[in-house]
Amino acid sequence: MNFETGNRTSSELPKATTEAVRSLNTEPRGVAEITPHDLRTLIKSEESGVQLNLGELWHYRELLYFLTLRDIKVRYKQTVMGLAWVIIQPLTTMLIFTLVFNRFVRLDAGALPYPLFALSGLLLWLFFANAVTNSTHSLVSNANLITKVYFPRMFIPAASVGAGLVDLAVAFLLLIVLCFYYHAPLTLNLLLLPVFVFLMALLALGVGLLSAAVTVKYRDLRHALPFIIQLWMFASPVIYPTSIVPERWHWLVTINPIAGIIEGFRACLTGGSFAWLQVSIAAAITATLLVCSAYIFRHFEHTFADVV
Amino acid sequence: MNTAIRIANVSKRYRIGGLHPGYMTFREMLGGLVTAPFKKRSNGQQTLWALSDINLEIGQGELVGIIGHNGAGKSTLLKILSRVTRPTTGEVELFGRIGSLLEVGTGFHPDLTGRENIYLSGAILGMRRAEIDRKFAEIVAFSELEKFIETSVKWYSSGMYVRLAFSVAAHLEPEILMMDEVLAVGDAAFQQKCLDKMHEIRQQGRTILFVSHDMAAITRLCKRVVLLERGKVTFDGEASEVVKRYLSSSLKSGASREWADQQAAPGDRVVRLRRVRVRTEEGETAAVVDIQRPFGIELAYDVLEEGHALVPVIEFYNEEGTELFSTHDTSPNWRRQPRPRGSYTSTVWIPGNLLAEGSLIGNVSIMSHFPATALHAHEPNAVAFQVVDSPAGDSARGDYVGPMPGVIRPLLEWTTETNDIATGFEQEDR
Repeated sequence: MNFETGNRTSSELPKATTEAVRSLNTEPRGVAEITPHDLRTLIKSEESGVQLNLGELWHYRELLYFLTLRDIKVRYKQTVMGLAWVIIQPLTTMLIFTLVFNRFVRLDAGALPYPLFALSGLLLWLFFANAVTNSTHSLVSNANLITKVYFPRMFIPAASVGAGLVDLAVAFLLLIVLCFYYHAPLTLNLLLLPVFVFLMALLALGVGLLSAAVTVKYRDLRHALPFIIQLWMFASPVIYPTSIVPERWHWLVTINPIAGIIEGFRACLTGGSFAWLQVSIAAAITATLLVCSAYIFRHFEHTFADVV
Repeated sequence: MNTAIRIANVSKRYRIGGLHPGYMTFREMLGGLVTAPFKKRSNGQQTLWALSDINLEIGQGELVGIIGHNGAGKSTLLKILSRVTRPTTGEVELFGRIGSLLEVGTGFHPDLTGRENIYLSGAILGMRRAEIDRKFAEIVAFSELEKFIETSVKWYSSGMYVRLAFSVAAHLEPEILMMDEVLAVGDAAFQQKCLDKMHEIRQQGRTILFVSHDMAAITRLCKRVVLLERGKVTFDGEASEVVKRYLSSSLKSGASREWADQQAAPGDRVVRLRRVRVRTEEGETAAVVDIQRPFGIELAYDVLEEGHALVPVIEFYNEEGTELFSTHDTSPNWRRQPRPRGSYTSTVWIPGNLLAEGSLIGNVSIMSHFPATALHAHEPNAVAFQVVDSPAGDSARGDYVGPMPGVIRPLLEWTTETNDIATGFEQEDR
């Protein structure tokens, strides 16, 4: 009896296969249900120009969400402490700088108590630095995707920035606690807080897209990046106030969009007045950089699969 | 018929050579800037045309095979069609969504669960979230992984992984589907699913591009086959014709082998080979033989020293290196007969319906047992040819078109008697 059942199952497979394959050689029954001519794709040669193609980005928008979600989930699954790192990094950095600049050096941070001053700068700065670093590495580490399937590659570094925003949101809890502790004033300025976070995200995206695209082609930029980021931090009023910058270096602070954004962010917490000129310059530089980076990224984009 | 894919004058150039495949370091670039004005432009020297001037038009609902050796440009063409890379010149028009079963599991992340990977991979392959929501239950059911859908895929067995990945890809429902050797991997059940899915897709009037260097699969499945050689379309037409061309270019030793210089020919002072070829009954040299038709292996040789009773021998191997059989000349006319000097032609006839389909290689030897046993000439891989079995015929495969194992494929007689079912059971019980 055993033999019989075994025989039956093995004889069923070829029969089904036969039917499937035989019908492959027959003409299809009908083509009415699809109208593929609605979905026309034109693949142009490398010689044709660069287009931003925002429509395509919009079409694929859900992919950005899924890639961001992936970046977040994977990070929290791979680390034992998960979310805690998002808090620990700014907290320890703040404590170190507080120790150095508040206890040893006695730096005057203006309206804000130094720990709050340092944390507000560090949260935004660490978000920016991590987002740019992760974006830069993202294309190379997602090479398996890039070489196999098409989608707007811009979403890979963009997802790194998106995941960074989620980290920032978590780390914000720390800031809220500190604000309560130091009785930071509740003013209407706080409503502008998201604007500065948004500006910082756009700036991170602009720098991230640029460095991601260039890194694929010139790999040693990867080694230069931590150094550049470190320099940029000390050139920006993250842990020190703009007031201690000598007069003849002020132009540098003005054209540094990081400075404008962080100062604006702090003004939200102090309730003080905004340096509108500086904020406008920062916003203008951010917007210009983002558009240029997007074009440069699009220009390099079609060679990624051949190079990465 | 509406067009599904139109490829116009497509060429793709890759830069090769140098330290890195395509990227460079800043140092090199800076160095290049300095030296560039003093160097002659070496245009064309370090470039490779993976594809040159491809023109193809594929109609909606067509099932087209693309065949070619490694490096012929198959994968470059697929990369261009799937928009992973852009052509250097020319353009491609696609009507409908293009999907591929080329890379099953694209976008899967080992740390994510089955559910998370379905959404991620689906989105990467171009599905909308709502679409995945709608098909989710179906995808999971198809993969038969209901119990493990909340488990990280890194704990999956490779079989489970492939099943889940294939389910996602299979539910993409593209208007144009590209498949690459999918039928060659996986177990019988997985191949069955691939075939069923191809069947379903084809019945819906969708277009299929089937890329392979497995000729057996291509001839079984496709009517129209495109042959790519060194980046060019060298043939586009009936499957059987293309296969002939492919073989004549692919096998190092072809259906015919000739030695013009007697001194260099295999052999010794007694006998030298002149020519070996595969021939049909009509006398034509054939690289491709029909599984049902007899064919001959013809040996032409010169006997230089008389007095030896020579025995031509041919051994047959398949692609895997399995020796199928060997045959010795036992014809009574020459058996134990010392041969005079002169030119000889001996042919052995292999009957139809004996060998299985596939590539075969013949080793040729000439030995003697009289006056002493000696091996005079030996030429391994003297000839190579292909046995083909078309699904249309009355061969041993009947109506079955899937892979058929075994090194021989005899057409055997079957008899079946029918009884009343009730009595049949009674007989079995007894």
